[in-house]
Amino acid sequence: MSFGIVATLGKLAAWLTVLLATAPIMLWVERRGSALIQDRRGPNRVGPLGLFQGLADAVKFLFKEDIVPAGADRPLYLLAPILALVPALTTFVVIPFGPVVEVGGRAVNLIVAGVDTGVLLLLALASLGVYSLVMAGYSSNNKYSLLGAVRASAQMISYELALTLSVVAVLIPVGSFRLDEVVAAQQGTWFGFVPQWNVAPQIVGFIVFLVAAFAETNRLPFDLPEAESELVAGYHTEYSSMKFALFFMGEYMSMATLSALAATLYFGGWHLPGIDYSGPWAWVALKGLTVLVAKIAVFMLFFVWVRWSFPRFRFDQLMRLGWKVLLPLAIFNLVAIAALTVAGVL
Amino acid sequence: MAVFALFAFLAVASAMVVVTHRNPVYSVMSLVVTLISLAVMFVLLGAPFLAALQVLVYTGAILVLFLFVIMLLNIEREAPGGGHKLQKLGAALAALVFAGLLATWFVAAQGAVEPVPLDAEAVALVPLARHLFSTYLLPFEIVGVLLLAAVIAATALARRGGTSVGEDEA
Amino acid sequence: MESYLPILVFCVIAAGFLVVSLLAARLLRHRGSGRTSREPYECGNEAESFAHDHRFSIRYYLIAVLFVIFDVETIFLFPWAVMFDKLALFGFIEMVVFLFILIVGYVYVWNRGALNWA
Repeated sequence: MSFGIVATLGKLAAWLTVLLATAPIMLWVERRGSALIQDRRGPNRVGPLGLFQGLADAVKFLFKEDIVPAGADRPLYLLAPILALVPALTTFVVIPFGPVVEVGGRAVNLIVAGVDTGVLLLLALASLGVYSLVMAGYSSNNKYSLLGAVRASAQMISYELALTLSVVAVLIPVGSFRLDEVVAAQQGTWFGFVPQWNVAPQIVGFIVFLVAAFAETNRLPFDLPEAESELVAGYHTEYSSMKFALFFMGEYMSMATLSALAATLYFGGWHLPGIDYSGPWAWVALKGLTVLVAKIAVFMLFFVWVRWSFPRFRFDQLMRLGWKVLLPLAIFNLVAIAALTVAGVL
Repeated sequence: MAVFALFAFLAVASAMVVVTHRNPVYSVMSLVVTLISLAVMFVLLGAPFLAALQVLVYTGAILVLFLFVIMLLNIEREAPGGGHKLQKLGAALAALVFAGLLATWFVAAQGAVEPVPLDAEAVALVPLARHLFSTYLLPFEIVGVLLLAAVIAATALARRGGTSVGEDEA
Repeated sequence: MESYLPILVFCVIAAGFLVVSLLAARLLRHRGSGRTSREPYECGNEAESFAHDHRFSIRYYLIAVLFVIFDVETIFLFPWAVMFDKLALFGFIEMVVFLFILIVGYVYVWNRGALNWA
C-alpha cells in the first residue's frame, strides 16, 4: 500500500473513532444533563455515575423486536435510517483537525479530503439529510410520521438559506472554500492574547448560524417534526430497535457536524493560541484533534442546555423566524461583511 | 476508471428506474442517485465545483420540491397497464422513429466535429468566477431578473382568485 | 481527483458499518409478537384511513418553490465570495444590484402574505 493510502485511512480511522464514541457519550450527557437541570438523578445504575448507560442501551437496541408497520413501504423504510447517518458522517472528511505535519519526511495535511470545494461539499452533503426524514415519514404509513416528515423538510429547507448565507459571509474575507484556510485565517491574536476568531467580526452571522443549526438538527426549541405532544415522535414514530437507534445517532451526528462547522468557521477550528503545534506528528495531531473535539463538545453541551431550558416554538412562529427574521438578517450580514472587506477593515 | 464504470452504470440504471417505476416517490429517489452519479462524473472530469453545485441545487433543492409536490398532491402509484392497444402501438412506433433519428444524427456527427477534451482550466472555480462577473455580467444580472419573475409567478400561482396565499386551506 | 476518493471511501465505510449493525440486530432481535403490534401507531383504535389519503396545505409547496429560487441565488454568491478580493469594489456593486433585484421579489412575497403561516 502506498504512503498516501495509509495516511488517508489513518485520518479516517481517527474521525471514525471520535464519531462513533459521540453517540453513547452524548446519550449519557443528555440524560444526566437534563436530570441536573430538572433536579433529578438521571441514569446512575450502570457503572460509576451511570457512565455505561450508553452501552446498556446499545445492547438493548440490538435485542429489541423490530417492528415494520403493516402497509409500510419496506425498501424505503429500511433505507431511511441508513441515509440519516451516511451524509452526516461523511461531512467530516472536509473538516481539518490539525496543521500540515511531517511524517517520515513527507507532508501530511491533517484533513481527510483536502479538496478545493471544502465547505461547499459539506453543505451539499448536509442538504441530503432531508431525504432520510422524508423517506421515513412517507414509508411508515403513519399519519404522525408523514406530518412530521413534511414539517421537518419545510423547516430544514427554510433555515438552510440563512445557514448558507451566514457561511458565505465567512468565506468573503478568506477567499477560499477550504476549511483549513478558514482556520489559517484565524490564527493571529489581538493585543497578544485575544484570539482573532471570526466570531468577533461575524457575530451577527454566527447568531444566525447558531439558530439555523438548531432548526437544521430538529432540536428544541425547533423540534416540531417530532413534537411529542402532538406528533408522538414525528417521522420516526414507527421505528424501533436498531433502526430507531440509527435515527438517534443521526441526530447527534448532525449536531456534531454543525458544531464542528461552527467551531471551524467561527472559533478557530483545531487551533488555539498558546498551544505549541510543533514536534512529533502524532503529538501534533492529538493536540489538534483534542482542541477541536473540545470545541465541538462545548457546542454539544450548549445544544443540551438549550433543549432543556426552552419551550417549543409554534410552526407559524418557526416559519416567521426563519423567513422574516433570520433571512433578512443573514442578507444584511453578508452585505455588511462585504462592505467592510471592500473598505479594508476586515 | 473503476469509479467511472461504477457510476456510469449507476447513472444509467437509476435513470431507467426513474422512467419505468410506477411509484413516483421511487422515481424521485432514483433521480437523486442519477444526479449524484453525474456529480461524480463532474469530479472525474475535473470540475468539482460544478459537482458540488449539482448536488446542492439539484438534489438538495429541486428534487425536494418534486418530493413535496408528490406528497402534497397525494399521487399514488400509477395503475399498471392502462391505455388502448393502438396507443401502445403508436408509442412504440414513435419511440422507434425517435431512436432511429438519434442514431442517424449520431452516425452523421461521427468525425464531423473534432471532440475537444474538457479543459479543466475552463471549469475551475477561479476562471469561472472571473468570466461570470466580467464577460457575462449582463446575463448574470438578467438571471436575477429571471429569478424575480419566478418568485412572483410562484406566489401568484399559489393564490387562488382574490384570496391571499393559503387562506382557503385547512 | 485522488483527493476526492476518501469521500467515497468514507461513504462506503459508514454505510457498511450501518448495514452490519442492522444485520447484527436482525440476528439477535426478539421475534415478532403478531399482527397487532404491526398496526400503524395511532390512538389504539384501528386506523380509519391510510396515511397517504390526506392532503397538505399549499403553503408547503410555496415554501419549497421559494427555497429553490433563493437557493439558486445563493449559488451565485459562492464564486463571488471566494473571488471577492479580486473583484473588489466592482464585484461588490455587481452583487448589490443582484441582491437588490431579489430583495424586490422578497418584499413582494412578504407583502402578498406568502410567508405568513397562521
